[in-house]
Amino acid sequence: MQTLLFLILFPILVACLLLFVKQTTLRYAVVALSALSIGGASIYLLIRYAFGGAVYFAASSEVASLAMVAIEMGLALFIIYMGAKFRNYLAIALAVVQAALVVYLEISFPENLHAVNNLFIDQFSIIMALIVGIIGSLIAVYAVRYMETYHHHHPEVRDRQKMFFFVTFAFLAAMFGLVFSNNLMWLFFFWEITTISSFLLIGYSETEEATKNAFRALVMNLLGGVAFVVALIFLAATEPTSGGIELSRVLASPDAAVILIPAVLIGFAGITKAALMPFSSWLLGAMVAPTPVSALLHSSTMVKAGVYILVRFSPVFAGTFAGFSIGLVGAVTFVVASAIAISQSNAKSVLAYSTIANLGLIAACAGVGTYMLVWAAILLIVFHAVAKSLLFLGTGAIEHRLGSRDIEDMEGLIVRMPKMAVMMFIGIAGMFLAPFGMLISKWAAIEAFVQVPFGLVFIAILAYGSAVTVFFWAKWMGKLVAVTRQAERVEKGFLEEPWAPLYIITGLVIAAVLLFPVISSTLIEPYVLAIYGATALLSQANVAIMLLMMALLLILPISFLLFRRSAKHLPVYMGGRPSTPDLHFAGSLGLTREVQTQNYYLTEYFGEARLFRPGAAVCIILILASWVLAGVAL
Amino acid sequence: MNGLIGAVLFLILAPVAGGLIAGIDRKITARMQGRVGPPLLQPFYDVGKLFEKENVVVTTAQNFYVLAYLIFIALSGALFFAGGDLLLIVFAFTLAHVFLVLGAYAVHSPYSHIGAERELIQLMAYEPMVILAAVGLYMVTNSFYVADMVATTVPVILYLPGVFLGFVTILTIKLRKSPFDISTSHHAHQEIVKGITTEFSGSTLGQVEIAHWYENVFLLGFLYLFFSWNPVIGIIAVAITYAAEIFVDNVTARARWQAALKSGWLAAGVLGLVNLAILSYMMTGGV
Repeated sequence: MQTLLFLILFPILVACLLLFVKQTTLRYAVVALSALSIGGASIYLLIRYAFGGAVYFAASSEVASLAMVAIEMGLALFIIYMGAKFRNYLAIALAVVQAALVVYLEISFPENLHAVNNLFIDQFSIIMALIVGIIGSLIAVYAVRYMETYHHHHPEVRDRQKMFFFVTFAFLAAMFGLVFSNNLMWLFFFWEITTISSFLLIGYSETEEATKNAFRALVMNLLGGVAFVVALIFLAATEPTSGGIELSRVLASPDAAVILIPAVLIGFAGITKAALMPFSSWLLGAMVAPTPVSALLHSSTMVKAGVYILVRFSPVFAGTFAGFSIGLVGAVTFVVASAIAISQSNAKSVLAYSTIANLGLIAACAGVGTYMLVWAAILLIVFHAVAKSLLFLGTGAIEHRLGSRDIEDMEGLIVRMPKMAVMMFIGIAGMFLAPFGMLISKWAAIEAFVQVPFGLVFIAILAYGSAVTVFFWAKWMGKLVAVTRQAERVEKGFLEEPWAPLYIITGLVIAAVLLFPVISSTLIEPYVLAIYGATALLSQANVAIMLLMMALLLILPISFLLFRRSAKHLPVYMGGRPSTPDLHFAGSLGLTREVQTQNYYLTEYFGEARLFRPGAAVCIILILASWVLAGVAL
Repeated sequence: MNGLIGAVLFLILAPVAGGLIAGIDRKITARMQGRVGPPLLQPFYDVGKLFEKENVVVTTAQNFYVLAYLIFIALSGALFFAGGDLLLIVFAFTLAHVFLVLGAYAVHSPYSHIGAERELIQLMAYEPMVILAAVGLYMVTNSFYVADMVATTVPVILYLPGVFLGFVTILTIKLRKSPFDISTSHHAHQEIVKGITTEFSGSTLGQVEIAHWYENVFLLGFLYLFFSWNPVIGIIAVAITYAAEIFVDNVTARARWQAALKSGWLAAGVLGLVNLAILSYMMTGGV
């Protein structure tokens, strides 16, 4: 239990310490050392608890619960203050409603708010802790130098780095708390901390746009928070049958109809936090924040909390129409967000839409909730976290060097920043190509949906969704690998430190493929087995084939040696006109003209303006349907 | 063990078979156009000559991507004839094509750039139907393994007529046949420059050709799965289908990419999905 408490409390301690550190070098030392301890502790957690079942800890403390309520009230006041300052009355209203509901809960059901075991750990929590502990803290390390450069590039932004790193570490602490909590009141507390943290981080630059987007994120997540409290009130009121506020008892409750309602409400909170449609706009708005914040929100924290809770409750959703409906919200989000990604040329918004799409896919798996799908969902969470963090950090580094985050401007990155380009290449491959992770999960999801009643709907959506996914990733990859002649190499001069986290995460993307049979057999399969009594696994032959493909991919670059000596180089074909290697050709009248290449964005077909509203409308209907269906089931 | 033999036989024989098919194809095409046509073995002479050409490149990286394309096409075909998991094979196949596309991007040339974009649109157009075909075959044979699909005694085609027609539609894209040969074509009259392969020459272009032979044999094998309960009917059906593809190739002009995308997606959505929905309704008695 000490490790659990350490992982929750130590980041808070570091956060407080960082409030007093001004100098970048010192901050780097503090952050790097704490990242090492947090990462080390999460690995220790893996070694210590991976080989047993779920372990519960009483950790009973009236003081802690009281303190949490007090902090919640304090945060509500803070939101009201901020809302008043920036005249966002919706945020105030939601904060008041939420605080009132919490007070009501505390006063009306004081005897039902005690959990025997407040903390717990099982294999799924370990996976989440590893993601937060390793990826999250690597992002924090990267952020130190990044923020220094960021302020260098943006002198107009007020330097609030102390606050920035305080919130970042508080965020990590909250994520640990969230995945270790068995007491749903505690879980809700940490849930709210993540909401506030993301609000503060998104609004970091204090521009009008940043403030607006921060409030949008806040409002949408508060909406989910309200649903969460309502679920808690419902659970407390039906304590004898539902199991009250203790997660393990709720999940084990024999009365499936009673717990379905709170599950759907908490699932709704998960949908808002995971930025599924119609709530996707907050995650897109979040990209105004400095890039490490995006990396954090997209890969290891925040949205992962949303899908974490959905996957936790998926045994409750399994086989219900309400769960099916939630699954459809995810599936529709997957296909619509993937399609919109085609029309985006801003790297960060492509990444954001891809995150939304993948979260949708995870939600689809969780909502339908058979054992194979839960297995696929957890695998998706792991692979997505690794690859997406790499892509965000890479985009941030590229933006600092090239002064743009437009994919068109990344043309020829392989010449200009070769190391960076290779890492981005691996990250993108990790998102959609065999034998990398995300594809394994998609494949598993297709095989699982075939066996589900009405699963054909999901298969169709997956088939179209993965087709468009290939399109938008491959064209980005194409831009990176274009060998532009006479382009200057600009990689050097970039601060040295941020490379280390990038190298490590790149290694993790590859390691995740090579080690995935081990990850599956030691962590995911035992978890699924413990809950469903059955588990999915890929056949040995297929695993062998994928490892063979991976090996081939690693060996193939050696073939460059074969080509080195041989060839004669010619400029490209330009309709038979004399041309130069940097895409100039001899036009008429002795003029030299330049050719430029641009990717297709097919805005007419896949534009945001065309697809977002219908997608959001369908998702709203499906969410409402999930509530009605849960109500009917009761 | 059978699997390994299948894979090895594919790797050795598929280029031969693929080249012969290409030769027959050219012969029939010529007759349809009122020409005598080249000798049957002309494709082999052509590729052989390509390997004797001087090694000229725009950038050395292109050789790497094309080699990767060839290797992964051969690998997915080998997995298919080894009786492997059809979905995994489809994904390996996609990986191979992404390499070809990257090769075209890498040379950074206007013509091959457009070819690459179009190849990606084609990929996007046919992928849903291929996945649905794999799922349909699973629903009838209860297995994703090609080995089990071949061994089935059920006349699959009777259960999956829509899926079959949808697959034939996207097969036109895959075989690079008109009206969907939008990224590169076998016909000189279709385009001024060779699209995605514009900057590939000599042995690199030869590798693209060989990969295409591998690919065609694999695709015809996929087609055969719909008829595998009776090998004789199966081979005849595959031959007729291929002949029909040649016919369509010769009587249509190249369509725009929008038409290719819509056709591929409609084939999957209407022919494929409706078929599968009816099938699952029949099989479970309630979808």
